[in-house]
Amino acid sequence: MIEIDRISKLYDGAAAVDAVSMTVETATITAIVGTSGSGKTTLLRMINRLVEPSSGEVRINGESTRSVPKNTLRRRIGYAIQSHGLFPHYTVARNIGTVPTLLGWSKAAIRARVDELLELFSMEPEHFRDRYPAELSGGQQQRVGVARALASRPDLLLMDEPFGALDPIIRARAQEDLRRIQRTLGSTIMLVTHDMEEAIQLGDRVAVMDAGRLVQHGTPAEIIQRPASDFVADMVGGVERPLRLLSLFPLSELVEQGHAEGDALDADTSLRDALSNCLWTGRNAVPVVKDGVALGRVTMDAIRARAEGPR
Amino acid sequence: MPVRSTAWLSPPGVLLAVLGVASLLAPYMTLAANRIVAGEGFKAWQVAGAEFTAPGMLAVAIGLLLGLLPRWHWLRLTGAALGLAGMAWLLSHGAPALLDGAGDYARVSPGAGFWCLLVILALLMADALTHLSPGPLARIGLLLLVLLLMAILLNSGALAQLSILQEYASRKAAFTDATWRHLGLAFGSLAMATAIGVPLGILAYRRERLRKAILPVLSFLQTIPSLAMFGIMIPLLGWFVSVFPGAKAIGIAGVGFAPAFLALVLYSLLPVAGNVVAGLQSTPASAIEAARGMGMSAGQRLLRIELPLGLPVILAGLRIALVQNIGLAVIAGLIGGGGYGAFVFQGLNQTATDLILLGALPTVALALLAAMGMDVIVELTRATPEETS
Amino acid sequence: MKLAALFRTALVLLLLALVIKPTWFTWAFAPFAPDNGAVIYERASLLSLSLSHLSLVALASTAATLVAVTLAILVTRPAGSAFLPLSRTITNMGQTFPPVAVLALAVPALGFGAGPTLVALFLYGLLPIFENAITGLSTLPPATMEAARGIGLSHRQRLLRVELPLAFPVILTGIRLSVVIALGTATIGSTVAASTLGEVIIAGLLTNNTAFVLQGGLIVGLFAVLIYDALVQLEVYLSRRLGAGSSGALASKA
Repeated sequence: MIEIDRISKLYDGAAAVDAVSMTVETATITAIVGTSGSGKTTLLRMINRLVEPSSGEVRINGESTRSVPKNTLRRRIGYAIQSHGLFPHYTVARNIGTVPTLLGWSKAAIRARVDELLELFSMEPEHFRDRYPAELSGGQQQRVGVARALASRPDLLLMDEPFGALDPIIRARAQEDLRRIQRTLGSTIMLVTHDMEEAIQLGDRVAVMDAGRLVQHGTPAEIIQRPASDFVADMVGGVERPLRLLSLFPLSELVEQGHAEGDALDADTSLRDALSNCLWTGRNAVPVVKDGVALGRVTMDAIRARAEGPR
Repeated sequence: MPVRSTAWLSPPGVLLAVLGVASLLAPYMTLAANRIVAGEGFKAWQVAGAEFTAPGMLAVAIGLLLGLLPRWHWLRLTGAALGLAGMAWLLSHGAPALLDGAGDYARVSPGAGFWCLLVILALLMADALTHLSPGPLARIGLLLLVLLLMAILLNSGALAQLSILQEYASRKAAFTDATWRHLGLAFGSLAMATAIGVPLGILAYRRERLRKAILPVLSFLQTIPSLAMFGIMIPLLGWFVSVFPGAKAIGIAGVGFAPAFLALVLYSLLPVAGNVVAGLQSTPASAIEAARGMGMSAGQRLLRIELPLGLPVILAGLRIALVQNIGLAVIAGLIGGGGYGAFVFQGLNQTATDLILLGALPTVALALLAAMGMDVIVELTRATPEETS
Repeated sequence: MKLAALFRTALVLLLLALVIKPTWFTWAFAPFAPDNGAVIYERASLLSLSLSHLSLVALASTAATLVAVTLAILVTRPAGSAFLPLSRTITNMGQTFPPVAVLALAVPALGFGAGPTLVALFLYGLLPIFENAITGLSTLPPATMEAARGIGLSHRQRLLRVELPLAFPVILTGIRLSVVIALGTATIGSTVAASTLGEVIIAGLLTNNTAFVLQGGLIVGLFAVLIYDALVQLEVYLSRRLGAGSSGALASKA
């Protein structure tokens, strides 16, 4: 568990981060979202003390980050950044093994860990181990960057706009990968993004920052349905709010008994995709299947009811 | 380059061939009654009997003609080499033929035509090589091959009757001495400048205020004309010796080696320290951010990330300093510091062309050699990320 | 900034005084002169030596600039592109030739006097200007060049109105390097009987008169530093004006 306790950063008397408190549960993803200059990156960088807080405290599993030397702290916290920051003169294996090397792991242990991570990121170890970053595609470089951040099995992984430099298709795939790997490893991740869509897709919790303050911290559904301020409402995108909300839930939540015409959709399909499918095929209901077994149907009315905001 | 692929002839080849023919019309060798007076010029076909000049001139002509090819750069390269061989042939047969019956003090030397043709064929070779773009190891091989051939040619005695080699023969010991002195000045001052400049550069990289203070001072040092710098070192060191008599005991004196050495060190500080700063600054900001975020200490970042990534730029700075020092070390000859400069200025005093050449040619050769060697080293250190694919 | 301007003015005044009224400094140089030796160089007036030194440099640098920029324009046109690789090789290798050696080699070909010095200064001065002009003309922003083509400028108009003005700061850097080298090489020119300020230093070296050495060195050094500084100021001014549109805005943000 990560506890952020009234942490602030002042630059020339002006607060870049203003008394932010927040608790992050182990094995969850927290997405910190805000416009540029909102203090989200400064908040993240205070956690591994790349920026020293002016006041307040961060505790990781109860231990204050101030009680350990900076570099020791950073070796225990993974850190991945937008332009991946891979060392151009190191091979993929050496890049991933950087922190374990700093920590004095044995060569064999490092090699095993590198291969394990490459497998996890679906990159053939024999094929990629000895390549240089310049020989990889943007998506591969980004994966190696995340693998490197995870190499020493850190208590916490900090990510600063990790997918910012990727094009939309590769980006979607990278987000899915991150979700999958986080589930597999049970990692605790704090991720900074300016993209509310990404925050909603990835975060178990979303923290919205504005002008150095934490304006709302809750589940994606809470953020969309009950935005704490006009600013948050704007961030979750006015007219697109109902659609974003629908994207959070699978069809399985609304299944009812009954019959519907046409091709069946899988129970894991999001309500947003199902709505889109209904509109496109001119249906009022779709049949739902799971593992080839028919579960029933979902109607447009049910989807619409789910998308309604509070009155 | 669409122009080149459709051209019938290589445009630089045409230019060089025209210039080559023109320089054949200039005196290829000169014959003088002694080492001081001006000589009489002989065209390439006049230096010896036709049985000797014809093959030589044919080789040069073939070399220039092959240079016209728009493609097949290997053939152009071979042609240029053939042309150079022809030139050496002409020299080695021309010298005894011209000296025959010319008197005991007569001297024969290469003329303007020879030097122009030498440059033209060398450029032809360089142009062909640029298109072949050999890798660093191939370049080293080529360089060693050229050096080997030169050594064989000079040692064979085929050119021994040329006046510059006569001049050399009469000063073998002094020449060897000057070579060591010159190398000592150039490399010694580079080593000293590296020992001072690299730490200085690292400090300047870390501290912006130091950087802003020190780099302008170093570049102003560079602008001071060399003769003035060498001259000013003399009273400065003289004063130093008078204040610290102990300095004299270890060989430091107001004139000679010490002021020359010191001047060269001062001149080298800018390329060395400046390129250290530039090299370290060339590290991608994201790599430094990542290294910090991973918990590398400042020392670890320097040794593992910044220095290895900046190495090519740092070495390029050493290349500039070395080539510059080899040239500037000539000035040491004026203040009694020795080296090839001693021959150059002695030659200028006596208006003895051969003596000037005996100092100037090895200096040029040494500078070219150092430049090409360092270029290869710079390229080898750069070879990690991009070129392995 | 004000301090720098004050310092600059002081150096200019010092230089003028050293050249025009050298006797004012007898007290300063006297300790370095040998017993009963002359303190101030009087075989030729320092003013005329300075003028001949500077005019040699100015003549050689002007000629080198004209020729080098013309050549650079030629090899960066499509028709001259075949010469570009060769030009790069010549500038790279040519600049490894030590200036002193170029000067020394000019003597056998041209004899003694101002002639070989002028030729050596000219030949050596070509290279930095040529190199920078090629760099400047071949690394113009592609968007600007595309726009220039797009609005219908002819080849000639593009060269005169867009390419040369944009490349000018880079060319000017080349000219500065060239002038600095020329100033230094001209000093050595006095060993081949060109009348330059080097004469004072050489005379001092030959007669063990450190006062002469110091005097000549100081004057030449001041000239070099001040001329270098003036050209740097000019470059800064010009690139600030040119960069005001795009890069200037970025710079002010940082």
